[in-house]
Amino acid sequence: MVKPLLSIQNLSVEYASKRGQVKAVTDVSLVLDEGSTLGIVGESGSGKSTLGFAILNLIPLPGRIVAGRITFDHTDILKQNEDDMRRIRGGQISIIFQDPLTSLNPLLKIRDHFTELLRIHSPSTSKEDAISKAGQLLDNLAISPERLSDYPHQFSGGMRQRVMIGLALALNPRLVIADEPTTALDVIVEAQILELMKRLKDEYGLTVILITHNIGIVAEMADRIAVMYAGQIVEMGPTNDIFADPLHPYTKGLLESAPNILHPERSMRPIPGSPPDLITLPSGCKFHPRCSRVFEPCRIREPLPVECNRRLVACHLYD
Amino acid sequence: MVLLLLTLVFVILRVIPGDPVLLHFEKNVSSEAMNAMRHELGTDKPLLNQYVDYLWGLLHGDMGKSMIDYSPVSQQVMSAFPATLELAIYSTIFAVVLGVLLGVRAACRFNSAQDHGIRAFGTITYALPVFFLGMALQLILGVGLHLFPTGGRTAIGMEPVGCTIGSFHIATGLYTVDSLLEGNLLKFATALRYLVMPTVSLGLVICGTFIRMTRTNMLETLRLDFVTAGRARGLPNRLITYTYALKNAFLPVLTMIGLQFAALLAGAVLTETTFSWPGLGRYLAGRIGFRDYTAIQGAVIFFGLLVALASLVVDLLYAYLDPRVRL
Amino acid sequence: MSRKLRFESLATGGASAWMVVIGGVTILTVVMMTVLSHYISPFNPTAINVGPILQPPNSRFPLGTNHLGEDMLSRVLCGGSVMLQVAILSVVICSITGVSIGLMSAYVGGFVGKISSLVMDSIYAFPGLVLAIAIAAMLGPGVINMALAIAVVYVPSYFRVVRSQVLTVKELTYVEAARALGAKSRRIITRYILPNLLPSVVVVVTLNFADAILMAAGLTFLGLGVPVSIADWGWDLTYGRQLMFVGAWWVGGFPGFMIVVTVWGFTILGEGLSELLNPRLREMV
Repeated sequence: MVKPLLSIQNLSVEYASKRGQVKAVTDVSLVLDEGSTLGIVGESGSGKSTLGFAILNLIPLPGRIVAGRITFDHTDILKQNEDDMRRIRGGQISIIFQDPLTSLNPLLKIRDHFTELLRIHSPSTSKEDAISKAGQLLDNLAISPERLSDYPHQFSGGMRQRVMIGLALALNPRLVIADEPTTALDVIVEAQILELMKRLKDEYGLTVILITHNIGIVAEMADRIAVMYAGQIVEMGPTNDIFADPLHPYTKGLLESAPNILHPERSMRPIPGSPPDLITLPSGCKFHPRCSRVFEPCRIREPLPVECNRRLVACHLYD
Repeated sequence: MVLLLLTLVFVILRVIPGDPVLLHFEKNVSSEAMNAMRHELGTDKPLLNQYVDYLWGLLHGDMGKSMIDYSPVSQQVMSAFPATLELAIYSTIFAVVLGVLLGVRAACRFNSAQDHGIRAFGTITYALPVFFLGMALQLILGVGLHLFPTGGRTAIGMEPVGCTIGSFHIATGLYTVDSLLEGNLLKFATALRYLVMPTVSLGLVICGTFIRMTRTNMLETLRLDFVTAGRARGLPNRLITYTYALKNAFLPVLTMIGLQFAALLAGAVLTETTFSWPGLGRYLAGRIGFRDYTAIQGAVIFFGLLVALASLVVDLLYAYLDPRVRL
Repeated sequence: MSRKLRFESLATGGASAWMVVIGGVTILTVVMMTVLSHYISPFNPTAINVGPILQPPNSRFPLGTNHLGEDMLSRVLCGGSVMLQVAILSVVICSITGVSIGLMSAYVGGFVGKISSLVMDSIYAFPGLVLAIAIAAMLGPGVINMALAIAVVYVPSYFRVVRSQVLTVKELTYVEAARALGAKSRRIITRYILPNLLPSVVVVVTLNFADAILMAAGLTFLGLGVPVSIADWGWDLTYGRQLMFVGAWWVGGFPGFMIVVTVWGFTILGEGLSELLNPRLREMV
């Protein structure tokens, strides 16, 4: 039995705002095995990006982690001091950000992005070694090493994202969190980047958390999916199972609201209503105001995750 | 733009009601004497001719003659200028360094006691009349503690003369630079000693804006994605603060130096008077008492030109420093 | 670095409100003090030899006496009147002129707009005090002249604020809609535009006051102020300078302190108002 690489237990994250506490993530638990790819799917505001940032303890003020435990390979993340966290960030766990234009330092050459990263994490590295390693990385990403002396704004969107991926993989991390890695790219570039990610995943044996609102990507890339709604995981399990037979009404709604290439004649059915206000959440099951199969207990009690058909579902229909 | 400035000065000094010649002579003087002076200055000509003469003269570096001793104003202005330049340079450096450091501190400790304290400091220094602060410094540090001299630019006999290479004599007029060129460390130290108080008093009053601007820019920059991305790569805080955030936030500060330059010059007038610093400001202030209107005009014009020059330099510097602008 | 938690989102909003309050109270105190000075000052501020000359602060003369034997407390209490008068006068002239020219320039646009912009920009770029010196020197001494000199320097500040606001509002759809509905030309449009201007102009006014007082003090220091017969902080500060070298720091010190307090009051008020009225800055919790 493989020991999980990452284990999150009852994590809750809140942001302070003028109107009250925004409950971005509420009581989320999940387990990730080494080498697997987990896709976290949800609408904007579902808390998926916050979850990703929480893993590296990077929640910016005014947010903070109010409860829970994150264990990465025997290390309790939330108990680490800043210095140890810095070693983990980039070295053991890294993040690929959504918008590569705003995520790269506009005043630094691409080469310097790499050399500074490599030399911070192993100070004994010489400048020449760092530059050659950077060149190798870019080569592997299909970027000509001559472009090392360029600035971020001189690259195209797809190339920038490849630089971001390169930076995320430079130190051979064990876990990579990809936060909407292709949202800022056009479809063709998106396909290229996804191909690249798949190749690198196999090449380096990476464990990946892929955060996205696009179920299509997740279908392609992930072994398992966690569906998030209003800061909670409503369904989690193997990708194929969930796609074949979605249990939670929200998951069903998500799948139905996407265009179906095999059956284009089937009209898309969007989920009625809109995501809840994260400050004043609905009582009971957070999805009940929009659920087509709502009944008595939904308004009153919060459904707890139960095992059903090889996955976890949080819905009273399956209690 | 420069033309507009010059015209503006002309308008103020000639067009505004108030005959400079009349005002110059307080006591009753014979009308022949007045007319003689008018003729000398050209104020008896029609306004348009005066304007043309004025511009033409300036093009040749001629600012007219002083009403007191008829010596060329441009000469007087140029000899007073280096002292002001030296004060301006050191004050700016002081104000920017202090302002930026404090601004960064305040931003990194957002909403803390330090943040509020620094902001309060910024507002108070701004509220201080420059000469009041100067006087306070003179009193405490100069008279009270005898740490620094209270006036003048350097001790008698300590004026540096620059250096001579072959037949070229190099002297910038900046005492600190010239004494180094001369290789005389004692003169250098003395000049610095005399510079301290005027620099601090002028610099403190100006630094408030830099504190506020740096703080605001840093707060905005620290929220940007690439800062979080840098942190996510495990880059240490000091690197993030300075290389990532500050460098990006710094460019507007540079523009602000250009904008503040005018305020700096204005402050210099008062500071130079307080510390008997023989610069352009003290020259202007002095000439008021003598009602030497040509001199006043010349000094004011020169100030205007300095400001125009400063903004040009800042524009060029900005283009050089921001890679996005260059392309 | 420990992560301090700042959960009171009110803190930013609250701090601005405090600034307005503190600034406002400070200014009111100064103004009341000056207005009531005749009644509360122990001695006539210009009565010489009410006490021995150059006495340091003591029980009889809490702020000491100056070289003419005048009581410094009385002089400090009454000394604000000239500066405040000059400031009020210049702010009034300045704001009305600046706002009107700004409105006209932005609304009429075209050549007039560009020329006025250029002129205002060049005045704005000029070192303020130097310009004021030039004007004051030409006009001569006196409260009105000083106010005028200062006013000219600050007109561009109003001009720019008003002009940029009007230009923005002019393009807003609801103004266009009003025009399309046949709104009676300028009158009704001004009813849309002016209310938008008010917050920014108020902020400029407070900062204008602060600068005006500083500039008045500066002009006085350089000898371009009002004649000596009235008690004035600026004057006391000026000749207090010489007296300071013989040890009598109180002659210049207290009036100087009052100037600082007044200017600071206006500055804090202005900054607080600016933060309150500018919602973008407030959202930075």
